[in-house]
Amino acid sequence: MRKISKLMVAAAMLGVFGWTSASNARFVASAATAQGATKSQEVVVKIDNFSFMPHDIMVAAGTTVIWVNNDDIPHTVVSTSDVFKSKALDTDDKFSFKFDKPGTYEYFCSIHPKMTAKVIVQ
Amino acid sequence: MGKIITENLNNDGVDRRGFLKCMAWAGTGTLCLIQGGILKSFALSEVANMDQSKMKGDLSFVQISDSHIGFDKAANPDVTATLREAIAKINGLNQPPAFVLHTGDLSHLSKESEFDTLDQTLKSIHTEKIFYVPGEHDVLNDNGEQYRERYGKGSLGDGWYSFDQKGVHFIGLVNVMNLKAGGLGSLGKEQLEWLEHDVKSLKSSSPIVVFAHIPLWSIYPEWGWGTDDSAQALSYLKRFGTVSVLNGHIHQVMQKVEGNVTFHTAMSTAFPQPQPGTAPSPGPMKVPTDKLRGLLGLTNVNFVRGKHTLAVVDSTLQE
Ligand SMILES: [Cu+2]
Repeated sequence: MRKISKLMVAAAMLGVFGWTSASNARFVASAATAQGATKSQEVVVKIDNFSFMPHDIMVAAGTTVIWVNNDDIPHTVVSTSDVFKSKALDTDDKFSFKFDKPGTYEYFCSIHPKMTAKVIVQ
Repeated sequence: MGKIITENLNNDGVDRRGFLKCMAWAGTGTLCLIQGGILKSFALSEVANMDQSKMKGDLSFVQISDSHIGFDKAANPDVTATLREAIAKINGLNQPPAFVLHTGDLSHLSKESEFDTLDQTLKSIHTEKIFYVPGEHDVLNDNGEQYRERYGKGSLGDGWYSFDQKGVHFIGLVNVMNLKAGGLGSLGKEQLEWLEHDVKSLKSSSPIVVFAHIPLWSIYPEWGWGTDDSAQALSYLKRFGTVSVLNGHIHQVMQKVEGNVTFHTAMSTAFPQPQPGTAPSPGPMKVPTDKLRGLLGLTNVNFVRGKHTLAVVDSTLQE
């Protein structure tokens, strides 16, 4: 019984925040249909060999950044100022966040904190 | 085998004069015997010809590490099978271990099913008790709540504790929580205060064994192989005659002796990782299938009281 309720909570969370690859696919799809004439766009940051690639990115406000973990080891994407925080991303898992406000957003992997990078929103 | 390092490249406050490094990157297993502060290392093949009665200790225990249950990638698609092989080795030891230490990364993704599989598999070890400390893979997504519920009964804070066995004081530390951007492993203020208090009433002659997941010495900070505040922890242990520090995390054997402290890291039972700086990242190292079991294994520790002798034997699953 305990297991079932946990699963249901997890499923509900996925629907809201889009934490796994499956729900991210949905997230990306809805963003694409909603963008229409606006210039909102997506940028992909790959996690490869324990680093974020590209390391620092510059994007326009309204851009959705999608992180994809290509490593055999889980990583996380965590803002140093608590703006966004992913769950542990297993191999091929994705996490996305839409940057509406200009600013510099530093982030790191909370499992391997030597992994740091930033998103600069203009 | 031994290597003298003359420069102190790491600013961790530890005196590196007479720094002696005994490394066994891989292969057939090494025995490191410390007698009167002098480290002697032997290949396991030599040990077979040595007087076994001199090798026996007052206390014998085994360390296993980094079982990563749930990992299924090319570096080892069946980590439960290799854990079982490690257990078979433990069950075949001449002197059965008083207990087993698991130095973390029990699971790969902190999943309930992974912890279940680990528990089922470890049930077949012939030993009285298994002690745990968490690895970073065991505390994903829930700040270690599930880990503490399953493995941290009676522990403090994030899961640290101490216990005594045959006059040896054992301290299990947690250095995988609340890691800061750009940093290394971390013990944190609360745990350091507890540690200082924990050893305060002990006689300086008591042997100490500290175990934690991430190395408590700076092995390769570029890959996060070290702990930011380990020097602080070691400063509380300076007055003790014999201190042994057992870690995992780097999936290979490394050892050094520095004054009264012996540092040792164990192999993984799941997959090997590259030697520091020899690969683009510390990720799982894919080796030919017939080589894998020569890079996985366990550590057997024998302690002889009075002689202040600690013998650490690393053995691979396959010679
Ligand atoms: Cu990471």
